[in-house]
Amino acid sequence: MAEPLLEARGIVKHFGRVRALRGASFTVNQGEVVALIGDNGAGKSTLVKTLSGVHHPDAGEILFEGRPVSISSPVAARELGIETVYQDLALAPDLESSANLFLGREAVRPGLLGKLGVLDKRAMRRRTEEAFSQLGVGVQDATAAVATLSGGQRQGVAVARAVTWAGKVVFMDEPTAALGVVQTRAVLDLIGRVRETGLAVVLISHNMPEVMEVSDRVEVLRLGERVARFTTADTTMEELVGAMTGALRHEEEGS
Amino acid sequence: MTVEEAARDEEGVGRVSRWQRLATGSTTWIILILAAMIVVFSLMEPDSFATVNNFRNLATNAAILMVIAVGMTFVIITAGIDLSVGSVLVFSGVVSAKAMNGMDSDGWDVIVVGVIVAVGCGLGWGIVNGLLITKARVPPLIVTLGTLGMALGLAQILTDGVDIREVPAKLVTSIGVGRAFDQVPWLVVIAAVVAVVFGLVLALTRFGRHTYAIGSNEEAARRAGINVDRHLIAVYGLAGALAGLAGFMSLARFATTTLGGHATDNLQAIAAVVLGGTSLFGGIGTMLGTVVGVFIPAVLQNGFVIVGVEPFWRDVAVGAVLILAVYLDQLRRRTQYRD
Repeated sequence: MAEPLLEARGIVKHFGRVRALRGASFTVNQGEVVALIGDNGAGKSTLVKTLSGVHHPDAGEILFEGRPVSISSPVAARELGIETVYQDLALAPDLESSANLFLGREAVRPGLLGKLGVLDKRAMRRRTEEAFSQLGVGVQDATAAVATLSGGQRQGVAVARAVTWAGKVVFMDEPTAALGVVQTRAVLDLIGRVRETGLAVVLISHNMPEVMEVSDRVEVLRLGERVARFTTADTTMEELVGAMTGALRHEEEGS
Repeated sequence: MTVEEAARDEEGVGRVSRWQRLATGSTTWIILILAAMIVVFSLMEPDSFATVNNFRNLATNAAILMVIAVGMTFVIITAGIDLSVGSVLVFSGVVSAKAMNGMDSDGWDVIVVGVIVAVGCGLGWGIVNGLLITKARVPPLIVTLGTLGMALGLAQILTDGVDIREVPAKLVTSIGVGRAFDQVPWLVVIAAVVAVVFGLVLALTRFGRHTYAIGSNEEAARRAGINVDRHLIAVYGLAGALAGLAGFMSLARFATTTLGGHATDNLQAIAAVVLGGTSLFGGIGTMLGTVVGVFIPAVLQNGFVIVGVEPFWRDVAVGAVLILAVYLDQLRRRTQYRD
């Protein structure tokens, strides 16, 4: 089997006296959709934040394409090709979608104007529209303020941003938690299209039918440790719920 | 309704045409209000209001506030506030006057030194504001309220509380009352250049874009890799430097340090910026709006004097329009934004 793209081993993270992660491990392979599931407080968001550079682990190691790496900041994660769609989306609501897509990575005009920091708004809008049409994000007007968009469209903008810049893997932290039925459908389709682009997707969720539908593999976190790994096609929802609640335990840590 | 129809329906709601946006943007309204004022005063007093001389006066009176308001626009777009600008103006003027008087010359070299000292002092105060806001995490309102008192207090200590009335003659005759091509006062030229240059920086550059992004969602900007602290320090530094420049212009115009004359500059600048459609919640605003916002009180003041209305009515009118401007901002957020 090929080398994992991203592997976390024995990650420990304390917040004061709370042990959010107690030796958690996690594996992402090239080009797969892997669901990271667990009950509230299992440490899913903490693990993702550790792997995207927001938190620094107190112990444990992270391997990227087999090499040990230290992901010390969101910028460091981005340089490795890791992008994250945060639960709160991290969009600037007053700015248009193209400004959000290029937030912190604005394209500037060629030549002297570029040296003065003059933006190439037309190029950014064009590339934003391309990204939207490639991913099927239903935002026709890339110049409309993000605050005027619907929840599903905003999610689309955040996902399109992550996909545009991610070289290797996109983390999505409960992308459908705040969405209605139609919008959830659109986001799940979007995840499928992201996989088609060859990126790996890590889907954090506790919606079991959703996980069964879009993921290739499932890893289960419980009380800050990985307790089970499944291939989605070979498992059932009952098994996943059993692993999440502790009724079933597949693996001892330290592997 | 099928899923596709619902999705299409959903997409349609977010669309706002360019015209709709123009019609609901508060900048459009405020420009119309200013234009209406000018038309009304011109019709009432065509021989005294609508004259080149009067417009020249009007622009000269607005020039110093304009320079301060340009810096304030950046600060407010980041969802910050700078109360210290009036005091920084006075402090910079005092130090600049002392520096120029200390030189034994009455040539351009004195003026160059004077402007560098004034802008440098302002920049220094601005950076102090920025450092305290970003590194010490004290809210901007409190930081700049503190430096408001400190800058004015230090200016009074430096002068023993008495205005310096000696200013190089060259400064007053050239920049203070001089005109470019015998037509446009130099103070107006300086203010116009500042407004245009920083208007372009705000609208077209990465610096401007980051200013909006930080005001709109600071955390999002941070996660996007923008160095938020450095940017905010630069923005407060800019506001301070422009207040310093305004202090130098004030010296040139009034030939004195005007210690007691700038207590409400901060509020006037904030009012002008907000009148111009910049949101106190950050993320929204234009320099054109600020320019209009500076001229509305200036035109009212000038017009009321000419038509014989007590000029105190200016404050009443500006206050009402200010509240209207913020109401329009709230209305826009309520009607166009979804949450």
